[in-house]
Amino acid sequence: MMSVILLFVVLAPLTGFLINGLFGKWTKPYAGVIASLALATSFILGLFPIMSVLNGHIVEYTYYTWLPFKEVSVPFGLRVDALSAVMLFVVTFVSTMIHIYSIGYMHGDKGYSRFFAYLNLFVTSMLLLVLGNSYLLMFVGWEGVGLCSYLLIGFWYEKDTASDAGEKAFVVNRIGDAGFIIGVLFIIYHFGSATYSNIFPRAHQVLNTTSATIIGLALFLGAMGKSAQFPLYIWLTDAMEGPTPVSSLIHAATMVTAGVYMVARSNVIYSMAPIAQEVVASIGAFTAFYAATMALTHKDIKRILAYSTLSQLGYMFIGVGVGAYWTGMFHLMTHAFFKGLLFLGAGAVMHSMRGLLSIDLMGGLKKYMPQTAALMVIASLAISGIPPFAGFFSKDAILAHALEFGHPYIWIVGEVTAFLTAFYMFRFVFSVFYGEEKVPGLYHELHTHEAPSVMTIPMWVLGIMSIIGGLVGLHIGGVIPFKHLVTQIAPSTPIADKAEYPESLLIGVSVTMGLLGIFSAWIIYIKKLITAEKIAKTFKPIYTLLANTYYVDEFVYCCIVKPFWWISTNLLWKIVDVEIIDKGGVDGTGWVAGRIGYLLRFLQTGFINNYAYWISFGIIVLSGWYIVKII
Amino acid sequence: MNQLHFPILSLITFLPLAGAVLIAFINEKNENFIRYFTFGILVIDFIISLPLFFAFDPSTYHMQFVERVPWIKSLGFQYYVGVDGISLFLVLLTTFLTPIAQLSTWKAVNKKVKLFNIVILFMQTGMLGVFISLDMFLFYVFWEVQLIPMYLMIGIWGGPNRVFATMKFFLYTFAGSVLMMVAIMALYFLNHHYTGVYTSDMVKLMSTPLPAHIQLWLFLAFFVAFAIKVPMWPFHTWLPWAHVEAPTAGSVLLAGILLKMGTYGFLRFNLPMFPDMTHAFAVLVIVLAIIGIFYGAFVAMVQPDIKKLVAYSSVSHLGYSMLGMFALTQVGMEGSILQMLNHGISTGALFLAVGIVYERRHTRLISEYGGLASLVPVFATFFMIFTLSSIAVPGTNGFVGEFMILLGAFLSHPVYGIIVAFGGLFSAVYMLTMYKRVVFLKVTNPKNLDLEDMSKREWIYMVPLVLFVFWIGLYPNTFLSKMRVSVEHLLKQTNRTVQVSMTSKQIQPVKTVVVKKG
Repeated sequence: MMSVILLFVVLAPLTGFLINGLFGKWTKPYAGVIASLALATSFILGLFPIMSVLNGHIVEYTYYTWLPFKEVSVPFGLRVDALSAVMLFVVTFVSTMIHIYSIGYMHGDKGYSRFFAYLNLFVTSMLLLVLGNSYLLMFVGWEGVGLCSYLLIGFWYEKDTASDAGEKAFVVNRIGDAGFIIGVLFIIYHFGSATYSNIFPRAHQVLNTTSATIIGLALFLGAMGKSAQFPLYIWLTDAMEGPTPVSSLIHAATMVTAGVYMVARSNVIYSMAPIAQEVVASIGAFTAFYAATMALTHKDIKRILAYSTLSQLGYMFIGVGVGAYWTGMFHLMTHAFFKGLLFLGAGAVMHSMRGLLSIDLMGGLKKYMPQTAALMVIASLAISGIPPFAGFFSKDAILAHALEFGHPYIWIVGEVTAFLTAFYMFRFVFSVFYGEEKVPGLYHELHTHEAPSVMTIPMWVLGIMSIIGGLVGLHIGGVIPFKHLVTQIAPSTPIADKAEYPESLLIGVSVTMGLLGIFSAWIIYIKKLITAEKIAKTFKPIYTLLANTYYVDEFVYCCIVKPFWWISTNLLWKIVDVEIIDKGGVDGTGWVAGRIGYLLRFLQTGFINNYAYWISFGIIVLSGWYIVKII
Repeated sequence: MNQLHFPILSLITFLPLAGAVLIAFINEKNENFIRYFTFGILVIDFIISLPLFFAFDPSTYHMQFVERVPWIKSLGFQYYVGVDGISLFLVLLTTFLTPIAQLSTWKAVNKKVKLFNIVILFMQTGMLGVFISLDMFLFYVFWEVQLIPMYLMIGIWGGPNRVFATMKFFLYTFAGSVLMMVAIMALYFLNHHYTGVYTSDMVKLMSTPLPAHIQLWLFLAFFVAFAIKVPMWPFHTWLPWAHVEAPTAGSVLLAGILLKMGTYGFLRFNLPMFPDMTHAFAVLVIVLAIIGIFYGAFVAMVQPDIKKLVAYSSVSHLGYSMLGMFALTQVGMEGSILQMLNHGISTGALFLAVGIVYERRHTRLISEYGGLASLVPVFATFFMIFTLSSIAVPGTNGFVGEFMILLGAFLSHPVYGIIVAFGGLFSAVYMLTMYKRVVFLKVTNPKNLDLEDMSKREWIYMVPLVLFVFWIGLYPNTFLSKMRVSVEHLLKQTNRTVQVSMTSKQIQPVKTVVVKKG
């Protein structure tokens, strides 16, 4: 029975995809409802295996053999354990909310049913990614979500920026995917299997530090692509070209966290490879800080949130990188709530602002959109790590573990980033919802109003989760429930010696950082004691660098894409292929044959005396040679 | 062994020829009747080829559905045909793809319809003959026979540069064939020299390889002949010419089946008959294959012409096939064969898709299109599916084949696998860039505005291809299970080495069987 339920967790959204994908012309008015129902079914069915996992079981079923190779056989099997249960809950729950929200948001779009078909397909892939019981099945989901991300970023394909962004996302992800595949190849090479239950129990016998490090780094390359870590993050901000629910679901709450899940899933391998762990944590810390700085200066509300997502993903990688896997997973979950909400709020603002995105055009929106404003404040408090909101517990857990597990520098970077996070989030909130209208009469002209309830209700649900979602990280009766759950599968494995620090001190520092950030934003954007323009002017070089996001896109385009294209066109195609191989080698051979024939033509003159001349010449030469030989 | 006790292979092979003869008697004004008639014959041919699939015994590597009749007794030539797990799916691919290709020409080909259909039927016989022949002279006859219809197809129904293209195609492949002819004769006489029998029985020749120093030249001659056909880098330059000028059906059959004759030749001649040289040259072939994978992708990326792009992508895809083959591992070899099928299906389908818009707009330049998604959404969807299959997205056939090859290459040497893992990046670049420019973006060219979406006829031939994309992608066991034993046997043959005492003039082949790991 459970096996069928588990299968239908995946099949329900697939059915939704097929209905809306094949019969979209006819289902158009109900496409959103069908898709949401499919997702709700998946969520409800998913609760059964989750309950079973909470009771201490592991639910795993194999359905058929997908890849029956002689060297390795890969079954199609689904597995729910503590790790995938968390993901299953987050994915189906947040997806359901965002599907419902999209009914309102996408209302009237000409691709309405196509949108929901893609969205359902995305959830199917995401569920395969988290529930698959082998690395290869995870890869199916991994590429599948990438594909859906490509389709959804380029959803409004007539916009060339959207089409380009979709392609960029897919291609950059493929760099990471190559790493993932290499990791899988090494795993199959060592274990003769790609199934988790054949790998992890044997890992300590089969792998040594070197092989574990190679696998860990290769897999992490995949995670860097999917979870947009430096330097493969460049696709994520462009991905904001997609419809906002997509940004919320795929590029904030679920897909981009797949890398974190994958590292947590592979905890056995990483725990054997301290270097790989160190790389994960360092890149995470660097990305957290680096992305936060770029969020400081952006004016586009969606891009601010995109950089913020990069930064928060960095935190998650700190968590899993230092060996405290449960903290990464914890932040993944709370982040899905509050960042999903932030994007939905941004979508609500866009919806009522007719697609305008710049914070320079907004201000004082609270009056027009009180619910959205309240929710955005809640979500911002959560991301800033203010207790008792959800983000506080998870971020604090990550930073505390970074310090306790012997990474003081990462801890410092994390705390500084916490300050930046609170600052840029409240810069966003204050300049959009508070203060004066920056363009008088704009709201009147646009008929700015609160979002319809089909959009606000899912937002409230996520808002409530952003408030209470962190409570599972509280000490309850001596154990932290979330930690207790996840560490069954992913026990913490510190790299360095464990050091103890007073908990209240760590909390104090974190909260102070958050409050300081909010306070600074308040001074600058509400009180205007120092104006933002003045700061920008004082630190002009830094401001320019940040406002242009370190010129990374320009660098990639000038130094990688363009030369590559030029070499392919002018060197490989026009010179090597056309001139050297085809004209030189192939036609050249023909030309030589033709020339030889042309020269031989002169021998065939048609005059008997010429032939007689050649014959006698031949006789003389041959007999001469014969005579020489005799002598 | 012939489990059906019925000459089914001959029937499949010569039915199209009989059809061609019948069509010769039909008045050429009855164009529609000729089209229906030809299509009917090809569909019947496909249906009667299905028992091959169902009656095939996957537990043996011996040839099945065998027919054996002496042909030229004094020389030992025979009419000897049969299939094993390696050729089975190539035969089925041929009977499957040809009706589809023919169906795509109903509107596109309006000149000399009668001759065109005769040529297609004739080609079908030639192609099937290559895949079922087990006598090397018979193989050679069919190999040459199918060159002629393709030569005509490009030369008569091709684009503006058709004469140059078809001459290039013919002369280039013919140069390879001549070399192969010489090699076949040499093999025939050398085999007599060493074993005392004159035979052209390929199965027998596979089981008694010649001494290593003899294998060298034979291997090279066959290598060149087949490498041109595949085509491997750097023998590929006839392919873009031929594809660009060929009519849609010609491109489909050229990419879908004719190129497979090259890879199939390697599996039948080079690997089992010259095992020592296969091992000696494996690294070289793999290097060429890897160059082909990347080079094909890089050059495909910058092509302004969709057909040329797909042609270069074939160089890349068949590079994978060669890589999997010469990795000499079970999974790689099976992947290589599966990749042949996949390439036939997805690249064939891509050419069909190009043909659909070409038929309406008479241009293949990417820059002439744009925004087709809003004009012809059904076409855009089909095109997307085949694009995804071509870039090997999991769930489609392309992924299974490429992953098997990657794994096979990796098990042969990790470096191969690691390098080629990045190949998927570039296939995504060229396919998606093309797809974006053709299907996405705004409609910029007003000529595209009255494009019609896919007709019923076009649906009919696209849907079966889509089914196979997902069938192979989701449940490859249907296909792999039938190849397994034959591939195992082929590997066993390839992994034995023959040692010859070179000192004595009376050469006695001493066979030692060394089964290598893998």
